[in-house]
Amino acid sequence: MSEIQTSDTGGKKKKGGSKQKKISVFVDFTPMVDMNMLLITFFMLCTSLSKPQTMEINMPSNDKKITEQDKNTVKASQAITLVLTGGDSIFYYNGQPDYKDYNSLKLSSYTPGGLRSFLLKRNDDAVTKINDLKKKKLELKISQVDFTKEVSDLKNGKNTPVVIIKATDKATYKNLIDALDEMQICNIGKYVIDTISSADKFLLRNRATKGAYARSGAK
Amino acid sequence: MSKVKVARKSTRIDMTAMSDVTVLLLTFFMLTSTFVKKEPVQVTTPASVSEIKIPETNILQILIDPKGKVFMSLDKQGDMVETLTSVGKDYGISFTPAEVRKFKILKTFGVPMKNMKAFLAMTSENQDKVLKDLGIPTDKKDNQFKSWIKEARATNKDLRIAIKADQNTPYKVIKDVMSSLQDLRENRYNLITALKKVSAK
Repeated sequence: MSEIQTSDTGGKKKKGGSKQKKISVFVDFTPMVDMNMLLITFFMLCTSLSKPQTMEINMPSNDKKITEQDKNTVKASQAITLVLTGGDSIFYYNGQPDYKDYNSLKLSSYTPGGLRSFLLKRNDDAVTKINDLKKKKLELKISQVDFTKEVSDLKNGKNTPVVIIKATDKATYKNLIDALDEMQICNIGKYVIDTISSADKFLLRNRATKGAYARSGAK
Repeated sequence: MSKVKVARKSTRIDMTAMSDVTVLLLTFFMLTSTFVKKEPVQVTTPASVSEIKIPETNILQILIDPKGKVFMSLDKQGDMVETLTSVGKDYGISFTPAEVRKFKILKTFGVPMKNMKAFLAMTSENQDKVLKDLGIPTDKKDNQFKSWIKEARATNKDLRIAIKADQNTPYKVIKDVMSSLQDLRENRYNLITALKKVSAK
């Protein structure tokens, strides 16, 4: 392949026509391969193939106009509050918690059977509709643009739950990402990260002591 | 006895095909990969199902290590210079052109302002050694992180903020960073994660 056939007419000319002398030029590609291998090694070691994934979040502004009362109205309707503590456990309560009953704060986990199944059940309406849409998209019945638009409409629909994520100082960054991940898996469009309040701390402590803390406080 | 004649064969191998393959591979690597940025601390990002890719330019990356040290990196050198000068102005420090030049070539920075001059005077090997023990202060008393963000934003309006934190970073540090960002009305930002495959249900 790397041979080049050159023909040249020899200097001597004989009577019976010219005899062609063949010189083969063989190009040695070994150094070229060496160099390429070196470059490949360099690129493999010094670069990363995958671009990092990201998660986009919108935080609420720090506006002081949003009062405690506004938060409570959201809470009372259909909010789910998640309290992330360290380790693998996660607590949640629906709407307004009952401060007297320590069982209103429920324990769950990050496993598919834990929080995810609960949130999927709560968001049942939107989830089934979105799954239908996904199926339609696979069958190429709707375009990508329509799909994203309809999904975001469904996610932010009226009857979808609002999730408030609160984390204690013991929680790690991984816990936060896991919780945010569940929001995406369960197609929840309305969620917010909030700082933990003293009321939530009270609930946690009350649960840890099985109600003894509330009783001692009530006295 | 008759000698056994060994036919001499040329041991030349045609390397053309091999060369073709390597060039192809090389092209592939050059086109698809991005260079690894040198970071002062090793960070393992948590996995998520999100599949949004991070944009390539105008990124302000906030790097948080497991101990809670905060570092920053900007991808444009021009922005870095302007940010340094304006943050320096806030803290009453002015930098000589030589110091600015050294700052410009840093990949990641995260030094308290009072140490900045001494840090820039070091050789780059020494800088790498000390950098991982420093970090930008984020506490309430002296929140230098806030002024870095503010000045970086003032320099480049299109900057996108991306937070890259280790999965074992305590939430307390993240909360500090997030609330500093909130105070500056930076409400949209990206969290850098690794990819995880999870089926819904």
